[in-house]
Amino acid sequence: MKLKPTTLKAAITAAAALFAGTAAAQYSDGVIKIGVMNDMSGLYADIAGPGSVWAAKKAVEDFGAAAKGLKVEVLGADHQNKPDVGSNIVRQWIDVDKVDVIVDVPTSSVALAVNQIVRDKNKVFLNSGAATSDLTGKACSPNTVHWTYDTWMLANATGKATVKTGGDTWFFLTADYAFGHALERDTEAVVVKNGGKVLGKVRHPFPGQDFSSFLLQAQASKAKVIGLANAGGDTINSIKQASEFGIVKGGQNLAGLLVFVNDIHALGLPTAQGLLLTESFYWDKDDATRAWSKEYFAANKNKMPSMVIAGVYASVLHYLKAVTELKSDADGVKVVEKMKSMPTDDKLFGKGSIRVDGRKLHDVYLFEVKKPAESKAPWDYYKLRATIPAAEAFRPLADGGCPLVK
Amino acid sequence: MFELLGIPPQAFFGQLLLGLINGAFYAMLSLGLAVIFGLLNVINFTHGAQYMMGAFGAWMLLTWLGLPFWVALVVVPILIGAFGMVLERALLRHLYHLDHLYGLLLTFGLALIIEGLYRQQFGSSGQPYVNPMPGGTNLGFMFLPYYRAFIIVFSLAVCVATWYMIERTKLGSYLRAATERPDLVQAFGINVPRMITLTYGFGVGLAALAGVLAAPAYQVSPPMGSNLIIVVFAVVVIGGMGSIMGSILTGFGLGVIEGLTKVFYPEASSTVIFVIMAIVLMIKPAGLFGKQK
Repeated sequence: MKLKPTTLKAAITAAAALFAGTAAAQYSDGVIKIGVMNDMSGLYADIAGPGSVWAAKKAVEDFGAAAKGLKVEVLGADHQNKPDVGSNIVRQWIDVDKVDVIVDVPTSSVALAVNQIVRDKNKVFLNSGAATSDLTGKACSPNTVHWTYDTWMLANATGKATVKTGGDTWFFLTADYAFGHALERDTEAVVVKNGGKVLGKVRHPFPGQDFSSFLLQAQASKAKVIGLANAGGDTINSIKQASEFGIVKGGQNLAGLLVFVNDIHALGLPTAQGLLLTESFYWDKDDATRAWSKEYFAANKNKMPSMVIAGVYASVLHYLKAVTELKSDADGVKVVEKMKSMPTDDKLFGKGSIRVDGRKLHDVYLFEVKKPAESKAPWDYYKLRATIPAAEAFRPLADGGCPLVK
Repeated sequence: MFELLGIPPQAFFGQLLLGLINGAFYAMLSLGLAVIFGLLNVINFTHGAQYMMGAFGAWMLLTWLGLPFWVALVVVPILIGAFGMVLERALLRHLYHLDHLYGLLLTFGLALIIEGLYRQQFGSSGQPYVNPMPGGTNLGFMFLPYYRAFIIVFSLAVCVATWYMIERTKLGSYLRAATERPDLVQAFGINVPRMITLTYGFGVGLAALAGVLAAPAYQVSPPMGSNLIIVVFAVVVIGGMGSIMGSILTGFGLGVIEGLTKVFYPEASSTVIFVIMAIVLMIKPAGLFGKQK
């Protein structure tokens, strides 16, 4: 029962596209059009949302597109986390507005739908926001690059580190839909493989509000670790209430399997301290990420960028490099092949590469949330516990079942 | 018998208590809705947004002015209630002579606008709010945080006071009379429009009060109200539209039922209330405590 202003947005983007220039060049219809689609107004709007559009525009600017004589346009749209809405926008973008590349697309169900459409129409899909590792597994596509993170990476890093440091008995609080189940499945496999045991699990409705009942069940299980296989508001409410019910004080630990820096901000350090989590980007990592993030901060209502937004920036930048090298954006498969053949290098993720199944490889970081006393400034939230090198951070190529891997 | 169901009695009592605590929120919210519907005949879909405004109000007072939770508990409901009265005067008033549907559409639209504005301003992932009563006590069968104990006592007191005021005092009798026969009550020299404005403000204030109570326990974010409001409407329908005592009793009762479902079959815990609603509507279309008109 929610009405959202997508129609309006679609109309505006359509109108904008209509009046766009038609200067001839070697690029299809003369312009490289980048369509950033994500949740602009719902629960993931802080993790991606309008910030991703900013990041895409920033990448175009930093690439120096104008100076190189390239005409690049960035559009934005709201998929409302609904596969049908997202599919319609992408079809309209590609067929009518001549968009060449679709970027971001959080929410796994929408991403999988877009993945197929972009492949059918031979354009390019740079995914940053979605979690499902199927995008480079059985649903992998020669037109898709999965940039920032995935469920396997999260499960592997957080799960392994937790078991290794003594957290060998687990109880799962799982969001009762595809994403939660996948995250639980991947994490359980890691826990068991490293010698841990799963004592129980509970599937909670999505979205939930009160988790105290489930937390009580987790407490009764006496598991050392409570794994939160959920996201966004569900994770925030679980952690907030776990603190209220003295779960961590009672000796049990929480493992957030998908937690973004914005979630920590919403929780506050007194509640979130001690939580282990995995991200592939943190604004305070080095001078380059700090400078970039501060610019983002000033332009986006005093919020720090999530790893998803950083991924949008880096993937668009690499795409532009490949397209300029090729001198054409017409053939999606060729562009992605070019992207895979060139090593990646940007100031947010450093040096990396893209694997044949479309998986972008880079280092991944296991963080611990600071205690309030350790935090020196606003948004100073993480301390680094471990760096997982790119080669180990993602699912081995052979295990994904991607048909592109021969 | 409990062991037969696979649950030791300790866990059972723990869940019962948690259910009551959740029920306290349902009761307070559905009470506000019942007051507004019972006395104004308006289906107030803005209720969820007003609850959210209450939670954000507490956050603003704490973050911007450094005012603690206890101040917010008094100040915020008054401010949001006043905001409600402005809404009533400026917009709702013009719809009383029309079908319920118009009031519903107006308040639904307002809810979307308010939620959108808050999201624009504060983002979607929410804001932190520190628990004003940390710690808790071990009851033997469960760990009860002091704050949750406070919620249950406080909301019970508010519910009973509201019921008493409307059903047992002279002011309440004026209110009830004014809704049945406004012209007649007006003839006795009572300012009916002002009374209706105050009533709406009071109902909205109740929503804001529930919001302030929710801030330390739940995520303070713009969609927090719309997530809850549908359930609360189901509670009101089950209790009987407009019945004060009905909404209090069903609020607590359904909280308990939902809590127990979370143990026996968690997947169904978000739907169990709607299943009950369907059954009640089939057997008693006016709700458990409603009067057939």
